[in-house]
Amino acid sequence: MSTFVQVMLDGLLAGMLYALVAAGLSLIWGVMDVINFAHGEFLMVAMYLSYWLGFLAHVDPIVSWVASGAFVFILGALTYRFIVSRCIGKAAMAPLLATFGLSMFLKNFCLNRFSPNFRILQTTVLEGKKIILGDIVIGLPQLVTGLFSLAILFALYFLMKKTRLGWAIQATAMDREAAELMGINTDRIYLLVFGLGGACVGIAGGLLTSYLAVHPEVGALFGLIAFLIVAMGGFGSIPGALAAAILIGLVEALAGFYIAPVFKYVAVFAMYLAVIMIRPKGLFGW
Amino acid sequence: MKTRKFEQKDFLWIGLVCMLAALPLVPGLIGNSFRAHVLILILLYASMAQSWNIVSGYAGQVSFGHSVFFGIGAYGAGMAVVTYGLTPWPGFLAGAVLAAVVSVLISYPCFKLKGHYFAIATFAIVEIFNRLFMVWDWVGGALGLDYPILPDGWKNFVWSETKVGFFYGALALFVLIFGIVRWIETHRLGYYLRAVREGQETAESLGVNSSAVKISAMAFSAFLAALCGGFFVQYNYRVDPPMVMSLDMSMKFVLITILGGVGNFWGPLLGAAILIPLQEYSRAYLTALGSGVDLVIFGIIIMLMMIKQPKGIMGILQDLGLGAKERKREGEAD
Repeated sequence: MSTFVQVMLDGLLAGMLYALVAAGLSLIWGVMDVINFAHGEFLMVAMYLSYWLGFLAHVDPIVSWVASGAFVFILGALTYRFIVSRCIGKAAMAPLLATFGLSMFLKNFCLNRFSPNFRILQTTVLEGKKIILGDIVIGLPQLVTGLFSLAILFALYFLMKKTRLGWAIQATAMDREAAELMGINTDRIYLLVFGLGGACVGIAGGLLTSYLAVHPEVGALFGLIAFLIVAMGGFGSIPGALAAAILIGLVEALAGFYIAPVFKYVAVFAMYLAVIMIRPKGLFGW
Repeated sequence: MKTRKFEQKDFLWIGLVCMLAALPLVPGLIGNSFRAHVLILILLYASMAQSWNIVSGYAGQVSFGHSVFFGIGAYGAGMAVVTYGLTPWPGFLAGAVLAAVVSVLISYPCFKLKGHYFAIATFAIVEIFNRLFMVWDWVGGALGLDYPILPDGWKNFVWSETKVGFFYGALALFVLIFGIVRWIETHRLGYYLRAVREGQETAESLGVNSSAVKISAMAFSAFLAALCGGFFVQYNYRVDPPMVMSLDMSMKFVLITILGGVGNFWGPLLGAAILIPLQEYSRAYLTALGSGVDLVIFGIIIMLMMIKQPKGIMGILQDLGLGAKERKREGEAD
């Protein structure tokens, strides 16, 4: 029984982090109907930034997430300004493929500069600390990352629901032209949304560095899982992303433990396909 | 149009093939050289991109799952040679047929999805196949299959002395696939495909069974992609899951076609003719700059192309007015 609880807890904590990664993608997809294919690589860039800050300047990930969030916010805004805004509305798949080009660029640039080696931060504040409750062991880095992701998600949800900026974003998502007629600068909103989406994944990447090794391919799997979460949770919906992310985290942990570690992603992808066949627009999509 | 006579275009096409076929006869131009390697890859990737073009260009269903079919074809040939000690020929056929069957089984449910949802479902399928093949001992698992040393010739479809045999093999594949796509394009199926792309509801209202049309396009596409996979494994003498069944391989199908011009007959050849030499020469000559430089350049080109002209090089040619004839022909088709 305690093994089961342990596995469920691990899945839950992983799911919370996935939710933050996916929330950024979901926001961009929901507002602009654009898939940011470089989303996973944004995570990788944030992880490298956090790693180098920790390695060279001895800034702990528990602090440096602010820097990674801000950095990827700017990266996202630049991506919108120089790439996405120039190919949006031209052809259906143009923004997706352009951001795929960006992801290739970022991945191989980091490969070229930083080598394919796995790098992990030693001697972080949280390293090796754990909470032990009877038979259950919770790693403090995972716990802090999970809870922190949840807090950022709540902040994002609050921003979307309770502030004028959030209303403007929602209005733009519903009908761009009508929002423009109401005096909303929708180009600025798109820029901000891309930046915010980047900031979410940047913060997630910064936190993740406290227990996960960074390498040029690290973003690929996270990016893919984020796509599944968004498609499953319904685009633009933050609660949907959270629910789908936790479901995916749990399936991953349970399949990894009770079937075999190699099958955990097979189970995740198969579950996604099963869900999407029954509800083509996701669990919470409309 | 039923009994169409040879037109000027057809002579152009025959001329191109004859020119390519004569290339190895010119001494020094193509022997066991790097240039031969680049030419073979151009023909192979143009064929792959053209097979993708059937379902994603003409029928407008953007699939990111073609590496699955490519991989099944590669494993068909690889297992015929390595596991069963046969020649690769029955493997080519078995792989292609199996890929077509798998494509129908996959696409029957997936075609219910639209746009980005369809694209993401195809990603998930690639990942499932990749991970299953990684742990499946019968197909060699993560280690893959390594070819034994075999005598050269068409029987084994391997050549180690010169690459001329592979060149003619690639040329045959190229002619086969481009020929089939030309045939589809000018016959009923091609018109149906374009009708479904332009407006599925409208096409259905005119009596086109859109799901049957899309599924048959997918089956053709998968069959031909699997043949390319078979050639690929013969050319590399080995196969493992990341080589053939990965998102990166799927994206090659997509990017070459997109760069050349999606939904356009000559697009895949143009895309391959530009991208492959760029990739191979930058890989060979920019090694001083470290690994990954070729893909950095590749990424920049894709970004620039999508910003400037999402219709690819064919779109740029049309903008320049060189494609006026092509446009007229498409106008007639519509």
